[in-house]
Amino acid sequence: MQLQGKAWKFGDDIDTDAIIPARYLNTTDPEELAGHCMEDADPEFPRKVRPGDIIVAGKNFGSGSSREHAPLAIKAAGVSCVIARSYARIFYRNAFNIGLPIFEAPEAAERIQPGDMLAVDAAKGIIINLSRGEEYRATPIPPFMQEIISAGGLINYVKKQKKSTG
Amino acid sequence: MSLTITEKILAAAAGKKSVRPGELVNVKVDLVLGNDITAPMAIQEFEKIGVPEVFDRDRVVLIPDHFVPNKDIKSAEQAKILRDFARRQKLTHYFEVGRMGIEHCLLPEEGLVGPGDVVVGADSHTCTYGALGAFSTGVGSTDLAAAMALGEIWLKVPASLKFIYYGELPPWVGGKDLILYTIGDIGVDGAAYQAMEFTGPAIAKLSMDGRFTMANMAVEAGAKNGIVPPDEITREYVQGRAKRPYQFYASDPDAEYAKVYEYDVSEMEPAVAFPHLPENVRPVSTAGHVKIDQAVIGSCTNGRLEDLRLAARVLADKKVHPDVRLIVIPGTQKIYLQALQEGLIKIFVEAGAAVSTPTCGPCLGGYMGVLAAGERCVATTNRNFVGRMGHRESEVYLSNPAVAAASAIAGWIVSPKEVL
Repeated sequence: MQLQGKAWKFGDDIDTDAIIPARYLNTTDPEELAGHCMEDADPEFPRKVRPGDIIVAGKNFGSGSSREHAPLAIKAAGVSCVIARSYARIFYRNAFNIGLPIFEAPEAAERIQPGDMLAVDAAKGIIINLSRGEEYRATPIPPFMQEIISAGGLINYVKKQKKSTG
Repeated sequence: MSLTITEKILAAAAGKKSVRPGELVNVKVDLVLGNDITAPMAIQEFEKIGVPEVFDRDRVVLIPDHFVPNKDIKSAEQAKILRDFARRQKLTHYFEVGRMGIEHCLLPEEGLVGPGDVVVGADSHTCTYGALGAFSTGVGSTDLAAAMALGEIWLKVPASLKFIYYGELPPWVGGKDLILYTIGDIGVDGAAYQAMEFTGPAIAKLSMDGRFTMANMAVEAGAKNGIVPPDEITREYVQGRAKRPYQFYASDPDAEYAKVYEYDVSEMEPAVAFPHLPENVRPVSTAGHVKIDQAVIGSCTNGRLEDLRLAARVLADKKVHPDVRLIVIPGTQKIYLQALQEGLIKIFVEAGAAVSTPTCGPCLGGYMGVLAAGERCVATTNRNFVGRMGHRESEVYLSNPAVAAASAIAGWIVSPKEVL
């Protein structure tokens, strides 16, 4: 899977309240959530983000609440993937479970500047910075998580399991 | 092989003799939990799996607590999804408004979680039950859906960090202060993906309510779980409550820890976490002149009886500052009733506080105390992120209940000893 888009850069410890404030959690509608995505970190983001764009952030991205609305809002906003130095653990699981590609790539998180054009080879975990002519590598995705991805998300994985165990 | 308490619980739930940090295990869960924000999404995913029933109707708990009593029409629809599903699945433990409580106050109180359990809940503060010597962690809605169907979940065994607290707690210093200083020390990702094991002489003397507060905020350091080795205080709490058999586990003396932290609590004073991260911790005496518009006492972190007693001790025969709104939210109906019988509610109302039915409400900026731009609140809650309690230009300062009560009287953030 080849992903391509413009980088939106954020800092460290972007929490799930910043990704999708709780005042909008009275719905699970992805489109509605997308309309408020990253609003408390950058109020312009929901209006200006374009399909394919990529969120680039520092350490501990997605900290705080367990709300799956967070990766869902990012995905529904058209963001093709997230690149960060590190992730909070519940967000990390949630992103895989709902099929939002995320990459742990400290060098990329540091080098990429706002507005850089990026191309990402999702399977190989290779991030190319087209604006700067640089290439970064993401930490490989654990094999078990890859199984979930190739099954098409956790629910499909569970469905298969249920079938095989009868 | 020597194991930590977290490793022992996970090994038992995985049907193995031992497990190592980093190992992926499939574990049986004793209880799964969802609320009015996370469960509607989980129910939607559950229905996609195509199994007619949850794995065990006694072990799937649904609690509407975040936006109930319904704050608006959309919230009402979300809560209805929970209610309808609970009826359809004939869930034993669905807690309706008027009989409910904030989930992490309610489950231990009801004896639905106990020592040695493995609990997953679609709420990050599910780690609270570690205070009972359980393995308990927060997950998202899809993980909850899978756990509701299978009764099991895959987990990576976390490495453990050991925290040893020595000394005697000074007056007005409790579990909230210990966990805030700890987060201040190690940072908001200082325990990322790891277990925080709270031990030492000061923990051995700490009440169950204080332990719940500490385990509750383990996630604020990025931890997978917080855990307190169970002892006589635990036994006293669970006896007569536990609805299922429970088991005490203890770490082996030579168990391996990724790191050991040691603190002397004797010289500590109450802590305050400044905006906008729980790690921005200062002793209250160095807080400076922080004028406040609101104080909130409650939440899954500090909405228990001991918390209300502390606040009432400070507020007795005092008045809330004219410029401050004080909102007190007992964690459960039982806590509310007990506080009523002890005269605590009378103290709050006479002081000029608003007292609410149990709800997460203001903690996450839902309702019941949302902040305007430029407003400041001192709160006994768990997060002070940008926009957490309302407008993105509002501010939240985290403290223990005595500091929140004292600050409500003074009009700015002060130590309880300043108003007594």
